[in-house]
Amino acid sequence: MKYIPATPAERERMLAAVGVGTVEDLFQDIPAEVRLKRPLDLPAPASDPDLLAHMRQLAARNVDCDRLACFLGAGAYDHFVPSTVPHLALRPEFLTAYTPYQAEIMQGELQAIYEYQSMMCELTGMDVANASMYDGASATGEAASMAADLTKRAEILISAAVHPEYRQVLRTYTSHLPITVRELPAVDGVTPVEAARAAITDATAALIIQSPNFFGSIEDGDALAEAAHAHGALLVVAVAEPISLGLLRPPGDYGADIVTGEGQPLGNALNFGGPYLGMIATREQFVRRIPGRLVGRTVDTEGRPGYVLTLQTREQHIRRAKATSNICTNESLNALIAAVYLSTLGRQGIQDVAELCARKAHYARERIAALPGYALAFDAPTFNEFVVRCPVPPAEINRKLLAHGILGGLPLGRFYPEYENGWLVCVTEQRTREEIDRLVDHLETVR
Amino acid sequence: MYPKELRYSTEHEWAKTEGKRVRIGITKFAADHLSDVVYIELPAVGTEIKFMETFGVVESVKAVSDLYAPVSGKVVEINKALVEKPEVLNTDPYGEGWMILVEPTSPGEMDKLLDAAAYAAHLGEAQS
Repeated sequence: MKYIPATPAERERMLAAVGVGTVEDLFQDIPAEVRLKRPLDLPAPASDPDLLAHMRQLAARNVDCDRLACFLGAGAYDHFVPSTVPHLALRPEFLTAYTPYQAEIMQGELQAIYEYQSMMCELTGMDVANASMYDGASATGEAASMAADLTKRAEILISAAVHPEYRQVLRTYTSHLPITVRELPAVDGVTPVEAARAAITDATAALIIQSPNFFGSIEDGDALAEAAHAHGALLVVAVAEPISLGLLRPPGDYGADIVTGEGQPLGNALNFGGPYLGMIATREQFVRRIPGRLVGRTVDTEGRPGYVLTLQTREQHIRRAKATSNICTNESLNALIAAVYLSTLGRQGIQDVAELCARKAHYARERIAALPGYALAFDAPTFNEFVVRCPVPPAEINRKLLAHGILGGLPLGRFYPEYENGWLVCVTEQRTREEIDRLVDHLETVR
Repeated sequence: MYPKELRYSTEHEWAKTEGKRVRIGITKFAADHLSDVVYIELPAVGTEIKFMETFGVVESVKAVSDLYAPVSGKVVEINKALVEKPEVLNTDPYGEGWMILVEPTSPGEMDKLLDAAAYAAHLGEAQS
């Protein structure tokens, strides 16, 4: 970025133009008693080399997953990012592109979004996906208001096995809408089908589940879809780890009506928690209620293919107060990254990554479960995350592991007081067998 | 422009008595002002609608408007052909462009609606 300071002569000209004598005159409206009367407490200006050295020193205090063996997931996943991703996604044409209102000059950006949408549909088994949203949590909030609008019902039932932060955002989203949120307690690390059947009524707009859920367990999607549909409610499935879809059935296959999720694991770096990539997809019959931007493919007057923003009457700038959502933007660069990532891996590559995750996670799961004092918390099948009960507080284990360059799992007690000794461990394709063995060796010593 | 046999709401819906039922649509004035209609959302058959409350939504390329029920009652039929081809609303708002057929619960409500002359006068006021 260029920094162009104003010269004293330019300042004089500007002051003359607005008709004041000094810059100080511009602040006359601010009462003297609230104005700072001394210079800011800042260090003296540094030379470029000194400044860079200082910044490097500060940056070195961060620890990241390039230097740690990461066994932490819980909604953000450390996957390998192929070099095609930064190479293509950071091209200035893409990097600086804003919402593509002007189709005539933004065909590349529009086509990239269209391809992202198409890949999201394939991944989730749905008909329509939007151009992306903020993150998995807000996309799930959007799905709730979409479901309430589609069914003309006011109650959302959400499994307690959905990411706790997604549930928190859902409550924020719906706090000023005529929607009530009820939670369905999880049992043995899964959403209990019988309890779901009993809880869903003709007043329920949607049942929201996550699969694999926050505990890493794979939900019984078929049975939960049936339970929702029996009362005319929709099934919303949040997918926090879309890599799992390389191995597991897509939610569209078992009856999901809306699929939301977090696209970060698709080629996006952990980014210190954001920006992330909200995914939302639905069935064609619900396309009028999908929030956010939607790119469509069409032909121009000469019959050549072209891409445009489409169905904009859904959006707030036309639908005004009647719009389901006030989202009129997307996370284009993150979506582009996901599209480049998925294209680089291809169908086989995504299956391979998913299989590596599952195999390595199951190796770790078996080895940790075999340690004296440690046990698996739940029996449900898992993908790349699982919960173990620990003989000592998980936070203490993490502290010790960090000293050995290992980032441990999530102490579950932070979100679920009932699982105080629960430790949510994640193993992606990034972890080597040596790293897993090293983790197990350390665990053996902390009992 | 405003057929004499119809009754009109101030929100630009028309209502036509057909035996014990009432057929409902929107006026040419409304259709013209919406410009090209691209989508119509109608209630499901069996839905109870209430006098001057919304029963659906019509979308054009430039606006989205609520549809207000000129009578209370139960929806017994909806114009599925119109949902398939919403543009018919622009060409034939009083014929092929009808929206729903209702069994009214309070037929007296029809008396609260405007006749063609009063509706035209209402438009005159609205436009001035």
